[in-house]
Amino acid sequence: MSAADTTTAKVPPVRQSPPSGSGAGTPKPGKKPTAGGGGVPWLLLAPCLLVLVLVLGYPLVRLVTLSFQNFGQPQLWGFQEAEWSGFANFTKILGDGEFWAVVLRTVIFAAGAVILTMVLGMLIALLLQKVSGWVKALVNIVLVASWGMPIIVATAIFKWLFDADYGVLNWLMSKLPGVDMIGHNWFASGPEGLAVIMLLVVWGAVPFVVITLSAGLTQVPKELEEAARLDGAGAWGVFRFVTLPILKPIIVMLTTLSVIWDMGVFPQVYVMRNGHPEAEFQLLTTYSFDKAFVVNDYGTGSAIALVTVVLLLGVVAVYMRQMLKIGEVE
Amino acid sequence: MLGLLVFVTAGFPVYWMVNTAFKPAKDAIDPNPHFFPSTFTLENFKRALEIADFWGPVTRSLIVSSVVVVIGIVVGMLAALAISRFAFRGRKIVIVGILAVQMVPLVAMIIPVFLMLNDLGQYDKISGLIITYLTFILPFTVWTLRGFIVNIPKELEEAAQVDGCTRTGAFVRVVFPLLAPGMVATSVYGFIQAWNEYLYALMLMSQQNQTATVWLGNFITKNGTEYAPMMAGSTMMAVPIVILFLLVQRKMAAGLTAGAVKG
Repeated sequence: MSAADTTTAKVPPVRQSPPSGSGAGTPKPGKKPTAGGGGVPWLLLAPCLLVLVLVLGYPLVRLVTLSFQNFGQPQLWGFQEAEWSGFANFTKILGDGEFWAVVLRTVIFAAGAVILTMVLGMLIALLLQKVSGWVKALVNIVLVASWGMPIIVATAIFKWLFDADYGVLNWLMSKLPGVDMIGHNWFASGPEGLAVIMLLVVWGAVPFVVITLSAGLTQVPKELEEAARLDGAGAWGVFRFVTLPILKPIIVMLTTLSVIWDMGVFPQVYVMRNGHPEAEFQLLTTYSFDKAFVVNDYGTGSAIALVTVVLLLGVVAVYMRQMLKIGEVE
Repeated sequence: MLGLLVFVTAGFPVYWMVNTAFKPAKDAIDPNPHFFPSTFTLENFKRALEIADFWGPVTRSLIVSSVVVVIGIVVGMLAALAISRFAFRGRKIVIVGILAVQMVPLVAMIIPVFLMLNDLGQYDKISGLIITYLTFILPFTVWTLRGFIVNIPKELEEAAQVDGCTRTGAFVRVVFPLLAPGMVATSVYGFIQAWNEYLYALMLMSQQNQTATVWLGNFITKNGTEYAPMMAGSTMMAVPIVILFLLVQRKMAAGLTAGAVKG
């Protein structure tokens, strides 16, 4: 989304023009197609593009410029002009061991959450096809209930379930022979605490995946499955060669969205740690937030946020290719 | 059997919230948890309503969410229409652009958004919060409405045009009524997203102007967390949302899936 998109709004585009093969269908300014009546779509798009440029384009540009600036409290209050600092913010964070530890932690956390979400989601979606009507209805209601639960509420509940002294989980585990977990503090260590947070994230994300995949599964033609079975394919074979390829676009979409959401986990960590995540709980999001709003170093905070976005771009590229492919089918 | 296991695991946190909300506060912090409330009490709800102004944050959340949804639906529908019903140069770029916008994590944007609102004098204002919420509501509305529109056969519109309707007329008379359920679902869903937002609400509003999600944080004090009233507050916030969700989720899933598989 750039300013270039809005300026092209005045160019009347050719209607029914075939999609350009290269995939780079940018309207070239200056070369004006003469077919009339094609301005309608741009007219319809204009308000949306305008709002997006204002509320997203501008901050995005600001994020980039900020990350090359020295911007702290005095600059915020306007006592001092923001000064350009070149790559100083980046060299500072990239040369910081703690930053790399945070990056690694975030990647592991997000990867774990995404894989767990997708695998569990797929298993439950397949399971739901098999079970009887009322079990299906029951599971669906619960899934939707946990999906609709506000994140902040869910976080509060998990905090409570995993409470050291009064949490249900410790009590329940202590019922097992030879286990004494009463008073066990799940948040005393980073990895264990983050595992709990990962569980919370997965719990909240699985329903969306299950429901979307279930909707997708209804679109798998029964005849294809039967044909595969007649050809001697087992349950796994049918899944691998019939179901999976048909679901592929949905799976790619779900995985991409999950990656974005799980890399962006914030309230879960922030609220679980009462607004002050310890060093070993820091993910890229909270780390950037701390740098900006606790230390009041907005430049460095922005640099960290920018690195996060760039990290995500790798995943997004895969998704984009998929979307472009879908666009070409038409 | 496995289905029931899923049911229990997935449902327990929800059950525990409601259960804790209705049992006496002293039972809530018993080391031997009570799985069924022995005494049923509304005391926690009373306490939750007292702890800080409850209706103020709720009203603010309602205003913010409603306005965001109305703007999002109107602007979003026009855009969704453009990318799903017109073939034009740059269409693909627009689609990819709108998708790409959804890829930017909100947290990454919080710093510039904070500075922007500060510059505009919109910090700690409901209008400022509305502006920022459009960043995630708008792309979402465009994308899901597009999913609903591509599900409506083009032939219906063409038939109406053959019968003498203009293109606009065909849309208003044929597509719009068919799209209405999808629009309702998208609105409800967008409303819920705005209602549940936490980070921007926390950062861009002061204590006096906090929204419902941030209000819940009031139960976490320096002297510990008041779990029972917190669960009561959570129940009050979650139950209406969950009910709304139950009503529209089937439609949403259908729209999202169509959006993913159809161009």
